[in-house]
Amino acid sequence: MTLPAMLSLGQTALELGLICSLTVLALFLSYSMLNVCDLSTDGCFTLGAAVGAVVAISGHPFLSIPAAMLAGVCSGFVTALLQTRMGVDSLLAGIIVNTALYSINIAVMGGSSLLNMNRTDTVFTMAKKFFADTPLAGQFELVVVIIAVILVIAFLTLFLGTRLGLAIRATGNNPDMVRSSSINPVFTTTVGLCVANAFTGLSGCLLAQAQKSVDINIGQGIVTIALASLLIGSTFLGRGGILPRAIGVVLGSFIFRLVYTIALRFNMPAFMLKLVSSVIVVLAISGPYLKSHFPMIYRRLTAKKGE
Amino acid sequence: MLKISGISKTFNPGTVNEKKAISELSLHLEPGDFATIIGSNGAGKSTLFNAICGDFQTDSGAIQLDGKDITFQPAFARARHIGRLFQDPMRGSAPGMSIEENLALAAGHGGWFSRVSRAEKEHFRQQLALLGMGLEDRMKQPVGLLSGGQRQALTLMMATMVPPKLLLLDEHTAALDPATAEKVLQITRDVVEKHQITTLMVTHNMQNALDLGNRTLMMDSGRIVLDIQGEKRQGMTVADLLEQFKTNAGKTLDNDRILLS
Repeated sequence: MTLPAMLSLGQTALELGLICSLTVLALFLSYSMLNVCDLSTDGCFTLGAAVGAVVAISGHPFLSIPAAMLAGVCSGFVTALLQTRMGVDSLLAGIIVNTALYSINIAVMGGSSLLNMNRTDTVFTMAKKFFADTPLAGQFELVVVIIAVILVIAFLTLFLGTRLGLAIRATGNNPDMVRSSSINPVFTTTVGLCVANAFTGLSGCLLAQAQKSVDINIGQGIVTIALASLLIGSTFLGRGGILPRAIGVVLGSFIFRLVYTIALRFNMPAFMLKLVSSVIVVLAISGPYLKSHFPMIYRRLTAKKGE
Repeated sequence: MLKISGISKTFNPGTVNEKKAISELSLHLEPGDFATIIGSNGAGKSTLFNAICGDFQTDSGAIQLDGKDITFQPAFARARHIGRLFQDPMRGSAPGMSIEENLALAAGHGGWFSRVSRAEKEHFRQQLALLGMGLEDRMKQPVGLLSGGQRQALTLMMATMVPPKLLLLDEHTAALDPATAEKVLQITRDVVEKHQITTLMVTHNMQNALDLGNRTLMMDSGRIVLDIQGEKRQGMTVADLLEQFKTNAGKTLDNDRILLS
């Protein structure tokens, strides 16, 4: 493989990794902090992509970003409402919202399951024009994505240090304690899910605009991919403050994409992505569990041998 | 300060598991009262605390705190004025968050978007130093690394940082070793004394029940069967207490954790 080819591979992995890292940061908030596994992530990602695309196509490339995030907030709010006020189990709430979003997404896209943005002004084409005569001309996509990731990380770091952020973290850690601090866990769960889903929506919006199209399956399986990235990231930078952990999460997303891109180069078919990400999630979650059980299994085996 | 008027609670009504946990219980605590509660297993001591805190709605009766009716307030709203410690030291603090972050949540100053100021951190440090457990040098460490006694002392500090109108202690030293239990009890005594907090404390230590505070309550079958205070309480021995209980409840005190000394 030549050096330019490798660089180009690295850049693709970096762009995709960074765009998806926004979803990983969303799960960092909902899964790691709030301890809610938000299964509406797939649908919400597509919702962000669809809303962003429709707004961009109608001629408002910059408005597409807040629109997609707002759509994410609405989706997160419904998920939170179902699990906090209506007695629906939190996993089930995510699945229900995810299913409902499939119809909503097609409706948003005007009844079609595919939207093309080849001639549409997006945040990326705007950036391309803006950076046209600067040294960054070739890297305009990367610049946009890096700015987005930095903003989201900065927001998360600041937000989780506020009283509300602390309350959200405590809700996932010990809800009893939150209640006894006279904070309503229903409120903190709702805010946490709304914020997390805003990032998911943003992530979907950027991916759709980067690849200049959105189809109804764009978010399919993103929750597993993001979880895999999250767990990879936490093995590198899982301890310490929020900032190193958030950076670790982004790093995890990049590593995941890099490994995947390299695997593609070695002729792994593209459809294997979801199997690979599922296996990574299983390994990352069950690894520590199996490790803790290993001494017992080992003892049982040796005891039998000793008979 | 606390006025409970005839509350009742039956769990699983109409089933074979029906359990009348509290029946027509009334209790009046004056401001600054420190009452200890003893009673048999299943007498309804913890259920009473749950009712006061709003973990469930009572079937009948009313609860007033400082003149305000809190009967229908949700648990988190009551928690503003009620501090509570459980027997399990793990329940009162968030293990994955640092000591400082736990204290910041408990302090509850400022709005939702306020951050912990340097002055507040210094205040936390001074308060922690008063516990004499060396926690003031470990403020950035996650609470999950602390021992049970340290966590219980921290929880006590969190519960009283903004002095509550009512402090509920549910055998909060029972899971600790005797030396640590004594230390946490001493901290309890100091903090209640200092802020004159109205306190209810469930204990299985009969001597503590007589030594601490100014009132001793005995519960049985969801009722308060004995309320001793004033001169009558002075000079009372554990043996007297057990005898009294037998007379009032019609049976001997039956608690598998009871400590008579």
